[in-house]
Amino acid sequence: MRRISIAAAAAAVLLATGGLAWADRHHQRGAASSASVDPIYLKECGSCHMAFQPQFLPVRSWQAVMNDLADHFGENASLGETTRQAILTYLQANAGDAPGSNTRLLRGLASSKTPLRITETPYWVREHQKEVRPSAFLDPKVKSKANCIACHVNAQQGIYEGD
Amino acid sequence: MTIRTLLAVSAFLAATPALAGSAQHAVLARYAAEAKTADPGFTGFSAERGKALFHAKFATGKPDTPSCTTCHTENPKQEGRTRAGKIVPPLALSVKADRYSDFAETEKWFGRNCDSVIGRTCTPVEKGDFISYMITQ
Repeated sequence: MRRISIAAAAAAVLLATGGLAWADRHHQRGAASSASVDPIYLKECGSCHMAFQPQFLPVRSWQAVMNDLADHFGENASLGETTRQAILTYLQANAGDAPGSNTRLLRGLASSKTPLRITETPYWVREHQKEVRPSAFLDPKVKSKANCIACHVNAQQGIYEGD
Repeated sequence: MTIRTLLAVSAFLAATPALAGSAQHAVLARYAAEAKTADPGFTGFSAERGKALFHAKFATGKPDTPSCTTCHTENPKQEGRTRAGKIVPPLALSVKADRYSDFAETEKWFGRNCDSVIGRTCTPVEKGDFISYMITQ
């Protein structure tokens, strides 16, 4: 009940402040929703890197990533099987090509490709080649292309525009 | 647990610094029991050996992580950073009081990181040594 009333209040505020226009613009600019980041995903995956929004990759990519955690981009990120399954279920249900997802973030991705990195998707490449110098990723404060938050300070909340 | 193991564990616990609370003692006691099972001659953990392990450079693990210090820095009281740029809270108990208080969580990180850094699982003695060092820091 509490959750419903909060949602209703939020909807009322959005309507009252012209929030629909904001929400529409926000959506078009491409922020992936993080309305309900799974707490297990946030804890287990978010310890080492941002808990990337599942919408950035297709189901097949999440399956490939979660099936090889013993060599996870050069590190062992193994999980207990129950935890691994729980996270995989969450990622699959919220992937960019899951039923009901907006597939815009996967536009241009060939169905024959299974990217393991979000930074290999055509969407990510398009968005960053426009305005980011390649050397920016070598800055020690940034350190890695996986460090979204270095530039997109609200990335964990799913807000990427305007930074 | 045999009486001899209990005695060994009790003697060991009496020697651990006051910084560590009962949760850390419980985790160390489990590693001490494992160490005793693996080697009946086990006499206790060593913070000095733990310090050496923490700073050691290995060539047997994954190439991007040759040492604990790759991510955790040479100073365990400092924050570290993962290769993906995320801040890692300090390992030293004096700076982060809930370190080594949960056995499953501790095992998870040793399981991952010993393989990444050394290329194998760590022994109970190595794990106990490591924690013994960190609870003095």
